Amino acid sequence: MTNHSPFDETADLALKTLRTSAPASLRPRTLIALGLADAYASIASPIGSLFVAFNGLGVCAVELAPDGPSFEREHLARQGRVAHRVEALPIGLSRALERRLLGDRRVRVPLDLRGHSEFERDVWRKALEIPRGEVRPYGWVAREIGRPAAVRAVGTALGHNPVPLIVPCHRVVRSDGHIGQYSLGGPANKRAMLAAEGLDPDAIEELARAGIRYVGSDTTRIFCLPTCRHARRIMERHLVRFRSADDSARAGYRACLVCRPTHRNAVA
Amino acid sequence: MDDTALLRALADDLDGAFESLVCAHQDRLFTIALRALGNWAEAEDVAQEAFVRAYRALTGWDAARIGELRLSAWLATIVVNLARNRGRGGTAAVRRRSLTLLDEVDHPSAGPTDTPHDELARRETTAAWAARLLSLPERYRLPIVLRHVDGLAYDDIAAALGRPVGTVKAQVHRGLVLLRAALEAEEREQDHDGGHAPGGRAASPSVASVIPTRPARPRSDSRR
Repeated sequence: MTNHSPFDETADLALKTLRTSAPASLRPRTLIALGLADAYASIASPIGSLFVAFNGLGVCAVELAPDGPSFEREHLARQGRVAHRVEALPIGLSRALERRLLGDRRVRVPLDLRGHSEFERDVWRKALEIPRGEVRPYGWVAREIGRPAAVRAVGTALGHNPVPLIVPCHRVVRSDGHIGQYSLGGPANKRAMLAAEGLDPDAIEELARAGIRYVGSDTTRIFCLPTCRHARRIMERHLVRFRSADDSARAGYRACLVCRPTHRNAVA
Repeated sequence: MDDTALLRALADDLDGAFESLVCAHQDRLFTIALRALGNWAEAEDVAQEAFVRAYRALTGWDAARIGELRLSAWLATIVVNLARNRGRGGTAAVRRRSLTLLDEVDHPSAGPTDTPHDELARRETTAAWAARLLSLPERYRLPIVLRHVDGLAYDDIAAALGRPVGTVKAQVHRGLVLLRAALEAEEREQDHDGGHAPGGRAASPSVASVIPTRPARPRSDSRR
């Protein structure tokens, strides 16, 4: 090709000046889209302002932190990825999250749970099934995921839940009925979350202290976990309290198919 | 890090090395997209999408296949295809610009600022060449961008555009002829109008409209 005309050389030089530096945002945006870095913003919640981190794969962290820089530091240490602050969550994610936190379980919030064990993810998936305004014991989660002996491990997995509130680990309580520990700033926050969802934390503790694990209805002769939506419809004069599943079985009650208080009758 | 070292690192640890790939090639991919499309925001979207596609492809490849890759040419192929789809109003690439990073730096605006006269003149010249390039039909513009802006070899351009090498060479040549014609038309226009060119019959309306003042003249020897 005869590309040695003087014009061609001038044009080549001029065209080379059209090389342009990429905008500073291209690299972080690309890495965020791929899940090799994260973006984060703060959201309001019943327990105050929280930081939510996400990337192209989904939400990867929900955390309490005094400020952005400390969140970024802790996030890097915990997840090994840099977090870039954004003004607000993308509108789609923000709407989905809002509806989810209000108890709408039909809306999908994508989660990025890479790097966690299959067991942990099983536990978190199960916790996702617990409706807003209800609680389940650790033992219930263990049984439901087919690992009835792993109650302690379930507690540990819930403590490691990277996306509290979205995976509602605050709805999992001790097997004796007490509210128990909470990874997101302690038990007071767990009580506040449950209260925000319409539960009475004092009543839950009261019941636990009295040793009441189940309640039934003498009209249906079905027994439930105390916060099951069906248990809460039982009128006081029909309410029967049980200290154990055996007690309820002896009284001729069968287990609720919705809250599945025991494994025995789960298939009844 | 050169492409060979980069490929070795990518084959070894894709997630760990991918940021290096982005750093090494982001200016190129952004430039190709910008000069193909003429729009800053779209170019950023297209460049980002090109990296995302490159990453997804690489996740499925073994070390041997990654090692054999002609990285620069391959990335150019991806970005050119995305830019072509976008240019045709295609729906292939999704807009992903919902994220506004708070530490984001403003990109240099084309508007006049308190810059020295030389710098201003240089910018005007660059803008004029960018406009001339954009006024070319796509079949000439893309080969010119890849050959003269990016500096890719002819056989790589041929592979990227899916055209025979001979065709690409002819298109580059033809593109330069058209650029020269555009430049000469602008200069005639300026001479006739005494420096005022309010949308007269220039080589292309887009060229005339983006050049508010006379562009710097090429060196005299290049005008023959």
